[in-house]
Amino acid sequence: MRFFEMILLLSLIVCAVSVGLTKDLLTSIVIFMSYSLIMCVIWVLLQSPDLAITEAAVGAGVTSILFFVTLKKIRAIRREGRHEQDKG
Amino acid sequence: MGAPLFVNMEETISIILFGIGFTMLLLHRNLIKKIMGMNIMDTAVYLFLAVKGYINGRMVPIVVDGIQDVSAYINPVPSGLVLTGIVVSVSTTALMLALTIRLYERYGSLDLDEILIRMKEEERP
Amino acid sequence: MSRIRDNYENSRCLKIKKWIDGEVDLLASGVEIEAPEEAKEAALPESDLPNPAWQPGMRRPKAAKRRRRNRDGRDIRYFRRIYQLMSVFLCLAIIFILLWTVSYLPAFGNAGNPDNNEVSARYIESGLQETGAVNIVTGMILDYRAFDTFGESCVLFIASCCVLVLLRIDAADGDARARKRLREADDRVFEPKNDVILQRCACVMVPLIMVFGIYIILNGHLSPGGGFSGGAVLGSGLILYLNAFGFKETERFFTEKVYRRVTLSALTFYCLAKSYSFFTGANHLHSGIPLGTPGAILSSGLILPLNICVGLVVACTMYAFYTLFRKGGM
Repeated sequence: MRFFEMILLLSLIVCAVSVGLTKDLLTSIVIFMSYSLIMCVIWVLLQSPDLAITEAAVGAGVTSILFFVTLKKIRAIRREGRHEQDKG
Repeated sequence: MGAPLFVNMEETISIILFGIGFTMLLLHRNLIKKIMGMNIMDTAVYLFLAVKGYINGRMVPIVVDGIQDVSAYINPVPSGLVLTGIVVSVSTTALMLALTIRLYERYGSLDLDEILIRMKEEERP
Repeated sequence: MSRIRDNYENSRCLKIKKWIDGEVDLLASGVEIEAPEEAKEAALPESDLPNPAWQPGMRRPKAAKRRRRNRDGRDIRYFRRIYQLMSVFLCLAIIFILLWTVSYLPAFGNAGNPDNNEVSARYIESGLQETGAVNIVTGMILDYRAFDTFGESCVLFIASCCVLVLLRIDAADGDARARKRLREADDRVFEPKNDVILQRCACVMVPLIMVFGIYIILNGHLSPGGGFSGGAVLGSGLILYLNAFGFKETERFFTEKVYRRVTLSALTFYCLAKSYSFFTGANHLHSGIPLGTPGAILSSGLILPLNICVGLVVACTMYAFYTLFRKGGM
């Protein structure tokens, strides 16, 4: 069990570093989502299922959705701006 | 210094994650990446707290079969603290993302330096 | 000879030298900050700023502006180089100091650690008799530390109010700008409507997610879970429903009025249920509700209603965040 936990913790670090180094924002959001899911499994191993449920719903679900919506919003604003430039 | 760090593996990893998040927060110019770094710092702190409450070979703090002995369950206090912290971190993230959207609408960029340059330009008469 | 030169130009050494000279930024070189097409346009001298909020009146003669921009840019670049070096040093120093502290911490998972003191012993030993909750964590955060949780629900409410202030688009003033922003915010034009796969999946998934969320909230004092996690699950279910069927379907049962009423009544009930202890001398509360048998669903006094309140506030807040981000209103 200790070995499994070690693997999970190492992959946590790998995920965190690759969130920092990825060039594409969409990819880094997806990696951040997987980071939250690994964290959720670690909390099950640390005997706190309350935290695991909350992290799975909040960290991997709602936070990532908010990031996705922000990205979509920013792209929509940019497209609108370019559209107007073409017209004007 | 090496052996205690390996025994306290979870704490060590959480400190390293904190450092990664802090580096992202300082070095990236993209605002969304900064917010992600902040989130990673959050989770690192939660991991540290939750690890402090764990005790080897004990169960989840849910009373089973009427056993109410201290030696049967892990420490419930850090779990309660972290549970409130996780939900607050979502609301701070949402607030920061809303501010980012407003900045993008105003200045047309996610780059902090670019935003600063444009702010300077607008302040000049 | 030329081959060696090629190698040098592609090597890391040159990249690091360039980074030290401030010509390239290794971290942000390709990160999406502006669209690639616009980056190409920005390279042209006549290009304009691709910004919808940029007023025509603010423009100055372009050459002076560019010179000024360059000067500002150079200052910021110098500042940036020093800043990067300093922040790397700062991060390394912080990590080193913290790791040094960790090496003196007591061993992981040891029962004799100083944080396993009489507080947690008291919660475990007499929590079941005093609160009636089988799940000790829920009993702790909703009975012994109920004010903490109340403050946190208020934090959620205040955060959603701040997002509302920042992102709300007022449709009442019908000038061109507001209409443009409204159209811009109504970004459903860019997404495929009536996606069959998504709708069929949502038909199966949404009821399951909703039932699971309600189960987690109602069983908060018996099994892992509680108001926070159940509320977040409910909120994600609502968001999935909204994504599959559009705003028209959700606006039938969830409008801004519903949000206001539900959140306010939940917070008020929580406040009234817990704050009368100020009148009884701020001692431990006796709600007058019998605690019931531990393990039954109608047990543990006020914890079940408080769980429902917290769950409602969290679910409404998550859904409100999503709709405010999507279209600037509920």
